[in-house]
Amino acid sequence: MSLDPGHPQRAVRGFPSLPWDRIMIYACALFVVCWSAGPFVWQMSTSLQLDRHLVSGNPTLIPNPITFDHFINIFVGKSLHRYLLNSVIVAGTTTFLCLLFGAVAAFALARLEIRGRFGILGFILGVSMFPQIAIVAPLYMLASQMGWLDTYRVLIVVYLALGLPLVIWVLFGYFRSIPKSIDEAARIDGAKPLAIFCLITLPMSLPGVVTTGLLSFIAAWNEFMFALAFTSDINHQTVPVGIANFTDVHYIPWGDIAAASVVVTLPLVVLVLIFERHIIAGLTGGAIKE
Amino acid sequence: MAVAKTLTREADLPPPEMRFRIWRPGPALLLVPALAAIAAVSIYPVILGFWLSFRDTTLSSPKDTFIGLDNYQQLASDSQFWNAWIHTMEFTSASTLLETLVGLIIALILSQRFLGRGLVRAAMLVPWAIPTVVTSKMFGWLFDGQNGVVNYLLRSVGLIQENVNWYGSPDLALWTIVIADVWKTTPFMALLLLAGLQTIPHSLSEAALIDGANSWQRFWSVRLPLLAPTLLIAAMFRSLDAFRIFDLVYVLTGGGPADSTEVLSTLTYKNLFSALQFGYGSALSTAMFITEIFIALVFGIFILRKFKEAGQ
Repeated sequence: MSLDPGHPQRAVRGFPSLPWDRIMIYACALFVVCWSAGPFVWQMSTSLQLDRHLVSGNPTLIPNPITFDHFINIFVGKSLHRYLLNSVIVAGTTTFLCLLFGAVAAFALARLEIRGRFGILGFILGVSMFPQIAIVAPLYMLASQMGWLDTYRVLIVVYLALGLPLVIWVLFGYFRSIPKSIDEAARIDGAKPLAIFCLITLPMSLPGVVTTGLLSFIAAWNEFMFALAFTSDINHQTVPVGIANFTDVHYIPWGDIAAASVVVTLPLVVLVLIFERHIIAGLTGGAIKE
Repeated sequence: MAVAKTLTREADLPPPEMRFRIWRPGPALLLVPALAAIAAVSIYPVILGFWLSFRDTTLSSPKDTFIGLDNYQQLASDSQFWNAWIHTMEFTSASTLLETLVGLIIALILSQRFLGRGLVRAAMLVPWAIPTVVTSKMFGWLFDGQNGVVNYLLRSVGLIQENVNWYGSPDLALWTIVIADVWKTTPFMALLLLAGLQTIPHSLSEAALIDGANSWQRFWSVRLPLLAPTLLIAAMFRSLDAFRIFDLVYVLTGGGPADSTEVLSTLTYKNLFSALQFGYGSALSTAMFITEIFIALVFGIFILRKFKEAGQ
């Protein structure tokens, strides 16, 4: 990026012309990065340090020596892989169903003749604002009557319904941004709505679909309260419940907790960094441009 | 094929508003799976919960009779409920205010162009992506009373002499939770506000610049009024979300010490799943619901007023 401080046009376009301003901006940007990434970096460092170093009273960022004890502990001693498997099954199935039902619904709302489409969208948004604690008790009773407690399906159905509002809203925005003339042309050629949906709308909004999938995966992966209430054995409990229960009788195993945090969070962080631009566009209605 | 060809003649097509009617399956049918899931998991349970709040249902005993407004009468004189209500309101106002304010400052910085802006935005998504349970544990370690790095840093720069027992002391525990929540949610707020800022045309700021307005005046008189609706809507969603806080409190402090961080969601959860008081617990969650509607209404009035001002 070339910068000409004396050029008035540049100054107007949002390029501050004084070096002092630029220093301030970079200082603030550095602060934002440290503030956002710092705690997680600290957690990564903690996960590689020996317990006696963690409680020595002289915390250091660079682990010396590096130890993988905590990572061994969480898999051998605390069966983290079992929680991970449960989470992958629940979040994966939820994401698939969310995209399936959500995309179809968003397509109908964005493209077909639906009476009161904005009423429906508003209603969906309103429902997503319900306090979740208000539905946990009745759902618990229903699940218990149906014998659904301690199953994957109870979590999948709940997360599906909780995730759908966001999926429908974001996909609605993406589908609307496709020029209508394209599906008009296909329709005149005799294409049925389902064909238009599968062959035109979906492929054309693939980044949106991937982003939305990622959003619903993260939401299901991170959910805690329903998982806590509806599952009580390790065969169905998800990762957040597993980590919340990571306490030993005599002390808090901060190193093990840090290692587990890194294992369950690093994949999300990597995915988020890869899809950063799409996620921000999806969450903010595509309003942020570079 | 022949039919399709003849249909392409404009005269043979039904009028535009009728065209979709001949399609099968009916468009509304496509909404059924999604709306059915939402109705089954959100609408029906809310109604069921409202009904439960008038009963003395307890899972540990066969009790399950209609008791009218008894639960609500008990609620009105329940000091634990009011204690949690006040904590929840304190947390909601403090976190919404801080997150909106800090988020706005970050958004204003990010709306400038500089090298590495994409990197900063990517880093800002990290707190948002981390599971809240992990955030709780992470802040539990950062703010640990004995070996936490926050105490170490504050001692190193001389701000404190002795280690502070952050979430272990009734005076500071709620503030520690506010700090953790601000860390987790501010970046997201900043991104929303940044989106709002970018919809404001540059030409307005430029015109003010030519008229000799300094950067503070340009912000205060040009950009802030135009951003106000976005700001209010973002704050509304944030406060409705903050009001439901559960994970952070449940994992970090469990409502303690001495009930100093007990919020409505954790109190309700304990009534439901520790005491198994499903009737009384439902009355609690209904009270939460009513408070949420109240918060939404207050914000709604302000937002509508802003939009009316903008419309004039």
